[in-house]
Amino acid sequence: MPDDAKPAGVFSAPCACQEVSEEDRYAQLDDILRTYRNIPGALIPVLQITQTIFGYLPEKALRKIAAALNKPLSEVTGVVTFYSFFNTIPRGRHMIRVCLGTACYVRGGKQVLAALKEELGIDVGETTADRNFSLDVGRCFGACGLAPVIMIDDDVHQRVKVSQLPRLLEQYRDKQDTTSKT
Amino acid sequence: MVRIYINDQEYDVPAGTTILCAAKKAGIRIPTLCFVEGLRPIGACRVCVVEVEGVRNLVASCSTPVAEDMRIHTHTARVRRARRAVVELLLSEHNGECQTCERNGQCELQSLAAELGIREVSYRGEKARKRIDISTPALQRDSGKCIKCRRCVSVCNEMQHVGALFPQFRGYQTIIGPALGRDLASVPCVQCGQCAAICPVGAISERDHVEAVWAALDTPENHVVVQTAPAIRAALGECFGYPPGTLVTGKMVAALRRLGFDAVFDTNFAADLTIMEEGTEFLMRLRKAYVEGQQDVLPMFTSCSPGWVQYLEFFHHNLLPNLSTCRSPQQMFGAIAKTYYAKKLDKRPEDIFVVSVMPCTAKKFEASRAEMNASGVRDVDAVLTTRELARMIRIAGIDFQSLPDEEMDAPLGLCTGAGVIFGHTGGVMEAALRTVYEVLTGEDLPTPTLLATLDGIKEAEITLKNVRPEWSFLEGVTLRVAVAHGLGNAEKLIRAIEAGERQYHFVEVMACPGGCIGGGGQPRFTDNRVRLARIAAIRKEDAGKPLRKSHQNPQVKQLYEEFLGEPLSERSHKLLHTHYIAREPV
Ligand code: SF4
Ligand code: SF4
Ligand code: SF4
Ligand code: FES
Repeated sequence: MPDDAKPAGVFSAPCACQEVSEEDRYAQLDDILRTYRNIPGALIPVLQITQTIFGYLPEKALRKIAAALNKPLSEVTGVVTFYSFFNTIPRGRHMIRVCLGTACYVRGGKQVLAALKEELGIDVGETTADRNFSLDVGRCFGACGLAPVIMIDDDVHQRVKVSQLPRLLEQYRDKQDTTSKT
Repeated sequence: MVRIYINDQEYDVPAGTTILCAAKKAGIRIPTLCFVEGLRPIGACRVCVVEVEGVRNLVASCSTPVAEDMRIHTHTARVRRARRAVVELLLSEHNGECQTCERNGQCELQSLAAELGIREVSYRGEKARKRIDISTPALQRDSGKCIKCRRCVSVCNEMQHVGALFPQFRGYQTIIGPALGRDLASVPCVQCGQCAAICPVGAISERDHVEAVWAALDTPENHVVVQTAPAIRAALGECFGYPPGTLVTGKMVAALRRLGFDAVFDTNFAADLTIMEEGTEFLMRLRKAYVEGQQDVLPMFTSCSPGWVQYLEFFHHNLLPNLSTCRSPQQMFGAIAKTYYAKKLDKRPEDIFVVSVMPCTAKKFEASRAEMNASGVRDVDAVLTTRELARMIRIAGIDFQSLPDEEMDAPLGLCTGAGVIFGHTGGVMEAALRTVYEVLTGEDLPTPTLLATLDGIKEAEITLKNVRPEWSFLEGVTLRVAVAHGLGNAEKLIRAIEAGERQYHFVEVMACPGGCIGGGGQPRFTDNRVRLARIAAIRKEDAGKPLRKSHQNPQVKQLYEEFLGEPLSERSHKLLHTHYIAREPV
């Protein structure tokens, strides 16, 4: 699943709805596994669907998948950790993506990324302990003229300076309670 | 046939041959690292590259088949440079010190560097992260030394059908190991040690028990006894310059005495004992099936291979009732040594220290199982692999080649030929049938039915005629038996049985290819040629024995008369039988 394809349909529930419970998600996974049980080559599609259900790939789900598809857990995690679009850590409430396209890279994108890592105390692909932010990199968001660019959720921030970062992050921290769950 | 040219010499080779294989036949050595004969080429290391005229990039000879008129150059400057680059890169990441490494002197990375004439490493890369995994009782893994050749992955997945190991993560982060780079104990690993046997470097080896054995030998109050499995005598010589297949029983006994063991005994004695118990159990199951109509007690599976036992415990819970309840010879020996033998010496179980020498890493696990304390204390205290015993002999300064031949001690050192052949695939079955057939008919088993070949699955049928009156319900019955070695073959056999395509009365399975002679603790390197040579050595020892059936072993008879009563007696049950645990596979 590409980073920016937010699963709008299935689980970002209408506002009146409660968050989908853990149990429901596993029930859904069980359904999927029943369907795919005997289909060869099912591993990757099942992993993709599972990631849509949970937002990431929890270990418990991986164990279930391994058992249902009759594959060793080591093989399943081998596949999961090979492809960068799979995530075994839950996503933060806010997704920060730093553009490392050529223009951004030469105009400070690299420094911005380093500063973000430092500020958040995480590496690319990781999530902060308070689950506020996840950090990722991207390849050109189409705003090269205004490099360096970062995206936080759906907002594009241009000509980002390292010194602005703490303030920028603060805005999102404040918003956390009103943000919809993804 | 295909016409090819290697280094400008003309050769005709069969179509489909790989370049590597063709070169080998032509007497040209192409270095390899990840490639292992008999396994699917992995193509991970690119040490085996050669130049093919008309092809821009160098090709990996281990996985490229020859083609008509192919012109191959195996050692050009470009090829030599490329190979060096590969190996130098490996060395730059390699995190290990040869001087203190278990593989020092017999490491494939070391010898490859020597072969390529590498004198310095021109890359300065980050060293692989060193993480020692001693989460299992059998194996030690060191991620710093792993060169990511993936041989262990092939072995664990293809040959053993276990799948504990797999490449995790990608690029420079790649680690070869269990799920998410965790410990081996976090995944279902049967601890067969085939990965340790195939690893070219010191990244996987057995957990060291050498120190514990020295400590026991250095404690004067201990009465330290040693048992050696049948497969040791057929392989230990390889560690001391003898060709594979050299039988070194007498020298092995002499070496063990010089190491200071108080008594040198034979696991084969316990193998004979196993046949008494397992043969009787088989007859009992036949009675249940044929007289009481309980068909599901058959087939009976052998239980002397702890890797196989754990395979069923993880993956086939429904078959656990079919696994013979007999402990393996190693554990029977321990229990008898600490009870019957201890009593003879007027000692308590805890005064006896039992060391086993096994071709197997899973035996370390088996000895550590919680239920293996029938004598009241741990039945087997330490388990050395063949490789560890060789190390001890060297450390003790014993010149193995010049040792005299000596005999095992009484009373647990006498064995029949049946006990000996436990060491190779098909041997336990043959040993059991030698006794069972005679019990049923009073006659010798007609010519050995299960040949000591390396076919993955072997089958045989024996029709019972003129059975003794008490077994009359078996008159005319055709016993169908099967033998599998390597867990991949065992899995195939299980599937055929479960699908109803095959029906057997008795099935022998050994986790390791070739049986114990190909165990994970044997001298490296073991291929089919070596396996066959070791099997031949075992057959030779069997053929040379005056007694070749377990029930003829006078010391086993005496053990029953003086102590156990009869097979499956209450005491036998307590000391010689066990139960199994259904384990969660993930
Ligand atoms: S694995 Fe081989 S090269 Fe590495 S330290 Fe051990 S002996 Fe040396
Ligand atoms: S010991 Fe056997 S089962 Fe365990 S990882 Fe090694 S090869 Fe696989
Ligand atoms: S552990 Fe050994 S066999 Fe496995 S990939 Fe590493 S070096 Fe190769
Ligand atoms: S030996 Fe051919 S690629 Fe490794």
